Amino acid sequence: MSDIQVGSEIPSLTLPAISRGTLALYAGASGDHNPIHIDIDFAKKAGMDDVFAQGMLSMAYLGRFLTAWQPQSQLRKFTTRFATITNLYDVITCSGKVVELIEQNGETLARCEIQACREDGVQTLAGEALIAVS
Amino acid sequence: MLDKTKIGYEFNPFTVDIEKGRLCFFADVIGETNPIYKDETAARAAGYKTIPAPATFMMSVELGSPDFLPVLTLLEMDIGRILHGSQEFEYPGIIYAGDKITSVSKIIDIFDKKGGALEFVVIESSYTNQDGELVGKARQTVVYRN
Repeated sequence: MSDIQVGSEIPSLTLPAISRGTLALYAGASGDHNPIHIDIDFAKKAGMDDVFAQGMLSMAYLGRFLTAWQPQSQLRKFTTRFATITNLYDVITCSGKVVELIEQNGETLARCEIQACREDGVQTLAGEALIAVS
Repeated sequence: MLDKTKIGYEFNPFTVDIEKGRLCFFADVIGETNPIYKDETAARAAGYKTIPAPATFMMSVELGSPDFLPVLTLLEMDIGRILHGSQEFEYPGIIYAGDKITSVSKIIDIFDKKGGALEFVVIESSYTNQDGELVGKARQTVVYRN
């Protein structure tokens, strides 16, 4: 029997400040070659003040946070909404908790509310994960 | 306005090789510290066939399309005006290093908000491995700033 209950908190994960180097490396590693994240000239022409982080970089951090808590083989569903752009130098913290235990296809799943937030508390990503706990 | 007659459009399927080096690079960039994402021995000891692709790597399979983001050409969108609105993944299986993953994607909705100031394109994808097993499903919403 698992000790995961409604209200159980997932250990939070705070990342290093977003740097231009991270954005460039993530572009290469992820295959997201959209220049708006790596080329300041392009970003300015598109009406932005500077490059900004790929939304999927923060979702990857959330994935890391979830699979540090429970094995990836237990992950059934993982969804996020990108609420606000993540800028350079933002320090992102991933956090979340179990809000419900549900039965589905013969498994007990922990429904977790998860989020990524900036240092000032503003939510950048908000989402949900379903994780098998039995 | 984006061409709503393209709702239902199916993109050309394509197959991507899941390279171990690429998975390790991805794991390094996101600061992954769990050894299963880089070391086969650790992965097997944890019950995996070999190194698994991290949970959000499914999106990188999608980005491995021969034409980068083919939706942009199809709907005549400017890459400087797209944003990622939302992303969903389901995990009926696991993508592993060494797999050949075939992606099949389709536009399931196109709609607008704020009097057309923002438009939304919803794309659903499924990912199947070389043994014909469904290993992942995704749904992404692309936001277009007009």
